[in-house]
Amino acid sequence: MDATILPEVTAAGVIIKAILILAVISAIAGFGTYIERKVLAFMQRRLGPQHVGPYGLLQLAADGIKLFTKEDIIPQHANKIIFMIAPIITAATAFIALAAVPVFPDFTIPFVDVYVPSIASDVNVGILFVLGMMAAGLYGPLLAGMAQSNKWGIIGSARTAVQFLSYEVVTGLSLLAPIMMVGSLSFVDFNNYQSDGTWLVVYQPVAFILFLIAGYAETNRTPFDLLEHEAEIVSGYVTEYSGMRWGMFFIGEYANMITIGVIASVVFLGGYNDFWIFPGWLMILGKIAFSFFFMLWVRAAWPHVRPDQLMWLCWKVLMPLAVINVVITGIVMMIG
Amino acid sequence: MGLEQFKNRNVGTQNYVKLDLPHPPKNGWCAFKQVLSRSLKPELFVGLWVALREMINALFRGQMHTTQYPLEKLPISPRYRAIHEMLRLLESGHYRCIGCGLCEKICIANCITMDTRYDENQRKEVSEYTINFGRCIFCGYCAEVCPELAIVHGGRYETASEQRASFSLFEDMLTPIDKLNLQQEYQGFGAISPNADENIKKTPLAY
Ligand code: SF4
Ligand code: SF4
Repeated sequence: MDATILPEVTAAGVIIKAILILAVISAIAGFGTYIERKVLAFMQRRLGPQHVGPYGLLQLAADGIKLFTKEDIIPQHANKIIFMIAPIITAATAFIALAAVPVFPDFTIPFVDVYVPSIASDVNVGILFVLGMMAAGLYGPLLAGMAQSNKWGIIGSARTAVQFLSYEVVTGLSLLAPIMMVGSLSFVDFNNYQSDGTWLVVYQPVAFILFLIAGYAETNRTPFDLLEHEAEIVSGYVTEYSGMRWGMFFIGEYANMITIGVIASVVFLGGYNDFWIFPGWLMILGKIAFSFFFMLWVRAAWPHVRPDQLMWLCWKVLMPLAVINVVITGIVMMIG
Repeated sequence: MGLEQFKNRNVGTQNYVKLDLPHPPKNGWCAFKQVLSRSLKPELFVGLWVALREMINALFRGQMHTTQYPLEKLPISPRYRAIHEMLRLLESGHYRCIGCGLCEKICIANCITMDTRYDENQRKEVSEYTINFGRCIFCGYCAEVCPELAIVHGGRYETASEQRASFSLFEDMLTPIDKLNLQQEYQGFGAISPNADENIKKTPLAY
């Protein structure tokens, strides 16, 4: 197959890829809960899930069966329609966001000789699309909290709004500097920009750190898990949810964690370019796995911040830093 | 130590140590400096390292805390008062209980029921001995009063049962005769102290 031929985008191919992404990511998201429990347990010197299957590996199946067979309770005074669609918003947007994210280098299926560009759709505004989708995903918690006529839920959705307003700015501004350097919004271009082996994090360390911080807020992981912090607001926006609707929030959250991991790897950490003797697909899997692990690590080690501290941090520290970073990048690019 | 020290009621007011806490920042510039120093201090990474170190300790250095309970149990103190055991004499293997009835008498929950009779050698033998564990409050009085160290508390603390009144018979609590060499002398409640020999004095007949 000649490499110069543009990857053909057929409808069948896109559908197959969409189904694959859906299946693989929801499986990984489920598996992520297992990993999270194991890693957190190890960091607290516990064993974690242990009894279902070898090393508790089938805990995932047990949890899945439990979630599927649990009664789907809808509170009496809830706004039923919104209550019912809110988890779907979270899960769906999380998966839609993954459509424009490349995970592997393009490859050719052996024997059949079909060339596969391994991105469901290379939208030319990829980054904006993904960020927009992840931001839209925040409507899930927002609506869920307000629809369930529960005080904890209301507080949860209020905090969603706070968080949403605060970090969204930082996410955009922190990614602006790399976008300026690459001059494109497509993830594939980002990847190709770093194909000479220099990762963008070398040029943009500040943007990388800002993006990580904002990404943790975006996926509401510790230290920014204000939305459903058990110690303060019972479960926040998921207080009234049970069964599969609750599970959908979680699948969405874990899918978002993976998305953030992919964006961080592709934009800042060299993407799926080959590195030394390691092939690209292994590199990016390793990077995504590490960024996932880092989220769990941070959760085990760091306390979480108050909502006012989050706003303070985002508006008074991170945003000025991001703006300064953008300005300096611009000046350097103009001179250089 | 004299009694005066116990009469002092102002406990704790003398030994307070003032922590050398920094003052809250007075103006914006101080606050800014505080933020800067806190952000640039590697304290966050120390936290990360501590969590990772614990993980390494747990996984590779065998410092996992978890006890997988039904499979492994933590040792309990010898003073713990769980289900009773009846001990045997080590030399003859005969049960130690002489049927004195003191434990039945002292039991404040009235849960020990016993009966004695003369055996063929005209010696007293215990013909019946049950403890109703539905009533027993595990106070340990029976073990304390027993002159022969015959009834003691064992370490079996899993006392869940299908019935409210769950009786234990003498034979159930008695050390099995083939396990006699495994019988432990009781260290707990009512047992003689380790330095009992030193405490023995001659009966003062002189006065
Ligand atoms: S422990 Fe107390 S209540 Fe139980 S049998 Fe002995 S004396 Fe009775
Ligand atoms: S006090 Fe001891 S010796 Fe006396 S009857 Fe009870 S168990 Fe037997």
